[in-house]
Amino acid sequence: MPLWTLRGLAQGIATTRWPDGSGGDDGQQGGYGMPRIGAEQCLDDCRACAEACPTKAIRLDTRGHLAELDYGRCIACQLCVEACPAGTLQSGHEWAFGVRERADLRWSLDTDTPPAQALASRIESSFRGSLHIRHVDAGSCNGCESELQALGNPFYNLHRLGIFFTPSPRAADLLLVTGMVTAAMREPLQATWEAMPEPRRVLACGTCAVCGGVSADTYASGHGLEGVLPVDVWLPGCPPNPAAIIDALLLLLERKPQRIHGGRVHAP
Amino acid sequence: MNGTTEKIDVRPSALAGKVEQLLADGGRMQMAYAWFPQPDRVQVRYLASPGARQPFQLWCCDAVDATLPSLATQAPLLSWYEREIQDLYGLRFDGLPMPHPLVAGGWTEASPLVNAHGMQACLSAPGHVPGIHGSDVQLLSSGPVRAGVVESAQHLFFYVGEAILHYQPRLFFKHRGMERAFEGHDPRSGATLAERVSGIGSVAHALAYCQAVEDAAGCEVPKRAQQLRAVLAELERLYNHLYYFGHLADATTLKVGHAEGVLLAERVKQLNARLTGSRFLRNLVTPGGLRRDIELPRDFLHTMYLLREQTNSYLKQLERTTSYLDRLITTGVLSRQVAFDQGATGPVERASGLDRDLRRDHPYAAYAWHAPDVPLAEEGDAYARAKVRAAELRASFQLLDAFVPTLVDGPIRAECRPAPGVEGLGWAESPRGSLFYAVHVGADGKLARVKIKSPSFSNWRVFPFTVHRTNMMDFAINEASFGLSIAGCDR
Repeated sequence: MPLWTLRGLAQGIATTRWPDGSGGDDGQQGGYGMPRIGAEQCLDDCRACAEACPTKAIRLDTRGHLAELDYGRCIACQLCVEACPAGTLQSGHEWAFGVRERADLRWSLDTDTPPAQALASRIESSFRGSLHIRHVDAGSCNGCESELQALGNPFYNLHRLGIFFTPSPRAADLLLVTGMVTAAMREPLQATWEAMPEPRRVLACGTCAVCGGVSADTYASGHGLEGVLPVDVWLPGCPPNPAAIIDALLLLLERKPQRIHGGRVHAP
Repeated sequence: MNGTTEKIDVRPSALAGKVEQLLADGGRMQMAYAWFPQPDRVQVRYLASPGARQPFQLWCCDAVDATLPSLATQAPLLSWYEREIQDLYGLRFDGLPMPHPLVAGGWTEASPLVNAHGMQACLSAPGHVPGIHGSDVQLLSSGPVRAGVVESAQHLFFYVGEAILHYQPRLFFKHRGMERAFEGHDPRSGATLAERVSGIGSVAHALAYCQAVEDAAGCEVPKRAQQLRAVLAELERLYNHLYYFGHLADATTLKVGHAEGVLLAERVKQLNARLTGSRFLRNLVTPGGLRRDIELPRDFLHTMYLLREQTNSYLKQLERTTSYLDRLITTGVLSRQVAFDQGATGPVERASGLDRDLRRDHPYAAYAWHAPDVPLAEEGDAYARAKVRAAELRASFQLLDAFVPTLVDGPIRAECRPAPGVEGLGWAESPRGSLFYAVHVGADGKLARVKIKSPSFSNWRVFPFTVHRTNMMDFAINEASFGLSIAGCDR
């Protein structure tokens, strides 16, 4: 046993300084995020992106131009980017897509970036330093769990941010839900939420929890948390990477500002 | 369907004889599934493996009066497939020893896949739990929401003190109807879905699916794509097996050992993202090859060398830690016979002495040119399962060393367009074991039926056999030593 301790010490600190320290590595180098919308004009009657999208995240206008992109439905599969002949849709590396209002995930041609509103604080400042999470897998592919488990590895070391997973819903501040909410998981999910003391928050983690994802229309599947639980933060991604999950948790705790407004990056 | 799979029509009355013959000749059943060749005709397909390097056989058997004889007493591993077909297709299997619902739960609407008859049976019959009584017997029901960040499933234990009398997992809370989700899609676009059946098996699922579509289309995948596919598949094995050791060290309360294992897994995931844009190596494999070429950086093999050194040092340290060994040796013994009969697969079966690996026995992608070393162990305990995985990690590094210098230049994608009405079978040896996809294309050229046989579906059936008559303290360690996933099993 002491050998392990020595071994651990000899390997030094593996934990990133991100997001607190300057120049810290978020660990997501090279990873694709949600597609970016460039300035290039769509070709008339093209429709290629909407036809390629497996989750129907893209709506076209009457000319067949990109009219709306719902990042809440996006699984970052890059199929629309590959299909787009005009370069309107481009590969992006933006993954910090946690938002408070579902509508903020919808990019639309007609609306410009809405002004960032000064949000009324929803969390008492004394609660911001620490958070206990009860996770419920409501029917995921295990990709989200794999990334949630990664939060505990020495690189991200979630505990340093005062955030912990807890076994008991009674001790939890946040219900973090992954998966599309299958028919069989709906009741256990509801029971877990009801067992939590107030104030209780809900984070929809991953595109399945936001909208149902790739298999939203089968006999056994649900359409995510909309209409099931009151959601405080929506985080699409397939799966959202560990840094994106941290970002969303800090957004919930009001320790980080929201980056996405009206489907557009609005860097503070 | 090309020459690698033999299709044989079988009458219901001849099924039992065929199974007997197959087993006598050293073969093994692989899976069974139902589909509708015509709207009013249900057929059951049995996949049989006569042996290594021999073509798979698909036995096609039409149900008579929605009934077939059960084969579960001869080949017990078929019982879960038969129960699933009962739940989803409303067929009946005569003589099935435990005909209780397996997959069913909470569905509210009928559908063609779940016909009305099957639905009724499911909703009226709750999951079977044996009646175990005694003044000291306690029932512990844990889940489906369990401690930690884990997938949803329920464990039922009947126990006295520390001793477990009976254990039974209740799965399929996560049943999403994934097989159904494929239906109606263009076969060329299904890989995106396959990658999301089991996230930590994204490459294996995409690969098995695409190979099934390529089999249906008679498509020849360019060599470079075949080689890169195998590179991706081995990278997937690396991060899965490294995570496995972190998890196993955690179960045996080695905190530093846990941290080091999961950190190594994280390093591979970050490498995956740099190589392919995805930590899960998604969005690359597609019917016909790859969606885009990937350039391996010049220092790739050096990176692999450093990672291999770290991994070796880590594994050696684990193997020198007596507290870790104490918890694993003799824990959760799976005998060779039970492993064979109940359908164990992957590292789990190889740790019980069954020498099988699809990469070597039914080669695909670049494994046709570089067969892997297939490590074995005989003891069947948790330590054997860990030993096999450790040796597989080393074998994966060797494979990458062999693949990368021999990468050829050239195209990475061929045209792959299956004709209406064709079918295909694809497989891959995922980090957890054998994975099969059977794909049927309808008259409209869209997917009409996709069957997924995931390795965890097989291993979850086997797992309880190693729990009965053990004790509660060993349970978590034994479970970790199996390395099970639930999403792929539940689908």
